[in-house]
Amino acid sequence: MALHKLTLFELQRKFAAGEVSAAEIVHAYGLRIGQVEPKVRAFVNQTKDQAMAQAVELDRRLKQWRKTEPLMGMPIAIKDNICTEGVPTTCSSRMLQHFVPPYDATVIAKLRKQEYLLIGKTNLDEFAMGSSTEHSAFGPSRNPWNLQCVPGGSSGGSAAAVAADECVAAVGSDTGGSIRQPAAFCGVVGLKPTYGRVSRYGLVAFASSLDQIGPITKDVRDAALLLGAIAGHDPMDSTSADVPVPDYTKALAKKHLRKLRVGVPREFFTEGLDPEVEQAVTAAVGELKNLGGEIKDIELPRTDAAVAVYYVLATAEASSNLARFDGVKFGLRTKETKDLLDLYMKTRQEGFGPEVKRRIMLGTYVLSAGYYDAYYGKAQAVRTLVRQDFETAFKEVDVIVTPATPTPAFKLGEKSEDPLQMYLSDVFTISVNLAGIPAIALPCGFSRTGLPIGMQVIGRAFEEETILRVAHAYEQAAQWHLKKPPIR
Amino acid sequence: MKITREQVEHVALLARLHLTDEEKDVFAKQLSQILGHVEHLNRYDTAGVEPTATVIGQVNVFRDDEVRPSLPVEQALANAPDREGDGFHVPKIIEER
Repeated sequence: MALHKLTLFELQRKFAAGEVSAAEIVHAYGLRIGQVEPKVRAFVNQTKDQAMAQAVELDRRLKQWRKTEPLMGMPIAIKDNICTEGVPTTCSSRMLQHFVPPYDATVIAKLRKQEYLLIGKTNLDEFAMGSSTEHSAFGPSRNPWNLQCVPGGSSGGSAAAVAADECVAAVGSDTGGSIRQPAAFCGVVGLKPTYGRVSRYGLVAFASSLDQIGPITKDVRDAALLLGAIAGHDPMDSTSADVPVPDYTKALAKKHLRKLRVGVPREFFTEGLDPEVEQAVTAAVGELKNLGGEIKDIELPRTDAAVAVYYVLATAEASSNLARFDGVKFGLRTKETKDLLDLYMKTRQEGFGPEVKRRIMLGTYVLSAGYYDAYYGKAQAVRTLVRQDFETAFKEVDVIVTPATPTPAFKLGEKSEDPLQMYLSDVFTISVNLAGIPAIALPCGFSRTGLPIGMQVIGRAFEEETILRVAHAYEQAAQWHLKKPPIR
Repeated sequence: MKITREQVEHVALLARLHLTDEEKDVFAKQLSQILGHVEHLNRYDTAGVEPTATVIGQVNVFRDDEVRPSLPVEQALANAPDREGDGFHVPKIIEER
């Protein structure tokens, strides 16, 4: 079997056994990227030359003394809003086009310690604001299942790269669905961990009360492996939780779901849900029942408030976080300026694209004098109600299963002129971020036109093991993950 | 909620964003539309509901105040758009009388 088709688990076993060298792995991926990248455009910046140099050095050292780490020699792609020392980190923005971070994000430091190989930095909607990668300053990525369709966003490059076998696994970030929605659109697995589970140090901040880093992988076992590698407390991120990291792969041992209560919220199966998505997720719930799960109808009555809450809180936080891009210490600076105010205003005019400006404007407005209580205060209070919905539901059930997105991947250009429609496409993922709980998206079927359909499994805070167990049991029974996109 | 062009200009100044005339018109329309959706929040009674600022319930995360290595000056300045000596160079802020 071609190396690029292997999962992380399979590839690392071959590498650890000495059946394949790091250089052979990078060579195989280099060929694959050469073949499909001109069509998919998953990467902002490829680093396969550096990866090859590292691989050759690694192989040389291993000949003398064979000691491997789980991610050693594994070609992993990183979303380009996560800082990599010495490798440009652009956030797919003109503002940071030439920015080279002087330090590694904590997740990168953890991967580097295991001697992973950075194969490239992946495309995203500018500053992770979007659901399609169409807001990238460097052009959109494509969905490997249908090049006319978007890969989702904002971690669309990461999801597309995994789906097209351009890397063995990828890392993304999720503020309102930015890992799960592209994973669903591209037919791969994406996990948003509990808020605080993974350090955000070195992640370029978008909305700090919501942002989380997580894995995008070819199957559920790989998500468990990669999550274990990046999770854990970090003194450099004051919001990271001091909770022990279990061996997530141990949670996959049980193949049945007996004694497990699965909640299905009726609010997620209403108007706007594509009939094919509804059918696929309903069939998946049936499969969970076959596996021994006890299915219960539940209510999350404040679900329809989530998008409005999100677009107040996330934009407010973004307007504050993005104030740092002022043309002074790093990033773009405009050429001709009269004075300092002019320098700020023109730099930000030139550096930010339309969606980022729109969100900064919205966030600044809702925080401005006279509107704070009506918008920001109100949204924070309704956020509490959304959280309470989940708390109540999780007294009755152990996991909640929903569609990951209302529709399969949409066409490029279809929603880019209507920001509100684009925002509403995040309706199924956003409430999870508001509650700070973990969720995993995984394939549960295909549309008649051959596009992947994704389901979402939501769990209690720090119960990643439970959602991984459910996702894995379903995946192994349904086997959707073995289907590969037609791209070659 | 109708956002006027004047409000857009005011907010743009607060946000330190220079906008073109076309952008001002587009944002007035789009922000009105998005805030119209946000008004759905008023359907929810939040009297007496504690606002959520963070979900993890951590308060005041402290560490010991110890001297630790920090980013060397050269590295900190490596991405500077304009520098002078060991500092960032910016246009003059205070006018001479």
